[in-house]
Amino acid sequence: MNSAAFSIIAVLTIAAALAAATLPKLVHAALSFALAFLGVAAFYFLLGAEFVGLIQVFVYVGAVAVLIVFTILLTRRDAEKDRGFNWSGALIALAVFAGLIWAICKTTDLSVAVTPTRALTVRQIGEALMTDYVWPLQCVGVLLTAALIGALVLVMEERR
Amino acid sequence: MSSFLDQIFVLAKERILALVAGAPDWLAQLVSSLLNITALLVVFLSLFALVSVLERKILARIQNRLGPNRVGPFGLLQPVADGIKMLIKEDIVPTRADKVVHFLAPILIAATAILALGVIPYGRNMTPFTIDGGILFFFAIGSTTELSVFMAGWGSNNKFSMLGAMRAIAQMVSYELPLILTVLPVVMVVGSLRPDAIVAAQGGYSFAVIPHWFVFAPWGAVAFILFFVSGLVESNRTPFDVPEGESEIVAGHMTEYSGFKYAIFFLGEYLGMFAISGLAVTLFLGGWHAPLRVLEFVPSYIWFFGKLSILIFVFIWVRGTLPRARIDQVMNFAWKFMLPMAFACIIAAAVWHYEGRRLMGWFWSFGVLAAVYLALSRILETGKKFAPRTYRFAE
Amino acid sequence: MNPTLQLFLIVSAALFCIGLLAALSRRHAIFILIGIEMMLAAAGLNFIAFWRFGPQPAPPTGVMVAIFAIAIAAAEATVGLALVLVVYRHFRTTNVDQVDQLKG
Repeated sequence: MNSAAFSIIAVLTIAAALAAATLPKLVHAALSFALAFLGVAAFYFLLGAEFVGLIQVFVYVGAVAVLIVFTILLTRRDAEKDRGFNWSGALIALAVFAGLIWAICKTTDLSVAVTPTRALTVRQIGEALMTDYVWPLQCVGVLLTAALIGALVLVMEERR
Repeated sequence: MSSFLDQIFVLAKERILALVAGAPDWLAQLVSSLLNITALLVVFLSLFALVSVLERKILARIQNRLGPNRVGPFGLLQPVADGIKMLIKEDIVPTRADKVVHFLAPILIAATAILALGVIPYGRNMTPFTIDGGILFFFAIGSTTELSVFMAGWGSNNKFSMLGAMRAIAQMVSYELPLILTVLPVVMVVGSLRPDAIVAAQGGYSFAVIPHWFVFAPWGAVAFILFFVSGLVESNRTPFDVPEGESEIVAGHMTEYSGFKYAIFFLGEYLGMFAISGLAVTLFLGGWHAPLRVLEFVPSYIWFFGKLSILIFVFIWVRGTLPRARIDQVMNFAWKFMLPMAFACIIAAAVWHYEGRRLMGWFWSFGVLAAVYLALSRILETGKKFAPRTYRFAE
Repeated sequence: MNPTLQLFLIVSAALFCIGLLAALSRRHAIFILIGIEMMLAAAGLNFIAFWRFGPQPAPPTGVMVAIFAIAIAAAEATVGLALVLVVYRHFRTTNVDQVDQLKG
């Protein structure tokens, strides 16, 4: 695994995520959010899970980011900036980060290097989905249908 | 001799790679990728230039006039003149536009279109980048186009641009579903997401005359038509060019772009058209295979580009022939007709494949498609009566 | 220096905490949703990293969890954004501090 690629993608992703969390203008934050998820998809490619990386780009950048942008457009007042930033939230996030870093660095088993292996093919994922994971697949299908119908019902204007 | 001509580009690339044989592994890979990318860019940018002038000439002939015919023989050097004009135009950016977003939008649209061209097999052993989930890569890249269209509309700080962008995104999102669902029968029958495998599965000939292209199967014909129509929508071409309808919304999300940036939008749209046509050729029309066994001596890339040219001609032909559809008609068509037909295609393909491709399989799959089509045409009948048409000609 | 599992976990922890930052400290409802999506993506990255660095050849459990997590995150984003739209229609604001009445 290429360490140069890892560092570039890591810097890009964290920078985009920080921009998404702290930029005052909403649309800029939404676009940095899309960039951060492209970075995460690049991580998936680096880790050999190409199918998940493609699904990530497809779902997050192609669908969720567009949804967020549409909702920003539909809920606009004249001022687009977000007012107010709660500093106690930043403190809590920092504390959680410190705790997680302490836990990760304290565990010595985690300094393993990667064992070279072949990338996971789509065929293996398909076979796993259809044999071991067929019940979760059907449940996710029902969940997505329910979410679709629920969102439509919520947003439909009531006829007076 | 014919196989030498067929593999001439592959052999040329191997020759060039032999020059850097002693270099470390990553350098050889980098040089190989750069060669692929350069070849791709050269071919498709020249094709873009050619198609831009051909479109104008073909549209002109359909409309009973001549197209551009002054610059060069038959006007074929018109792209050079157009390019020079676009380059020397003043680049106007609205004062209160969002500079970064306004600048990045055309670049992203062109970049995603070029990326999508990288997984299509152009000839025997001539796929620029083989990815295990090639078809999924194509659609994932295509779905990021919507975000770039939004950036173009929002970055212009113009209500009409925003409206055009929202209409464009609504249209593109609605038609992504039929686009992907019509590819599903092909993937299901072949059993792989790799374009190379899909092309290889269409290689045989029945009775040496009928190729095993998927377009000759009943589900394949319907899926090809649905895919083609969805491709028309995804590229914002007439009759679905509401986002860029000149008489309604000036140029939609591209209104505030002048000069070279508009040319880049144009480039992005045409490259998207090439990418969708290329994928249609790969999935349904047999890729680089010849239509008859006796014609296999012709190099494979000639067949691919021949079929691609026919599809591009049909794109231009449809543009010159059909009027623009209203946005609500477009959305109705997607959700009420194309989506159920796409599902019917999947079922028909499953029936065909399950029957082992024997005669009963053909019969049943055709029956499923005909039944769904007839049912839809009954259900969607609006019963609206139109007034009798009257024509008034100039006296 | 080849990236070890620790580095991947640190990156995903950073992503998670940035998502937590967005969810806790912004007052606009859509920002909070962005933060939640980021947290889900960070967890998915964690799963894939552990799957990859475990003993190979491994069953694709980590990959499966990540795929399902992406699907579920998409469903939750849909419903969450629909809720934001409905709340906006009623309260005329998306500032979560001002959405504090149960009277509908």
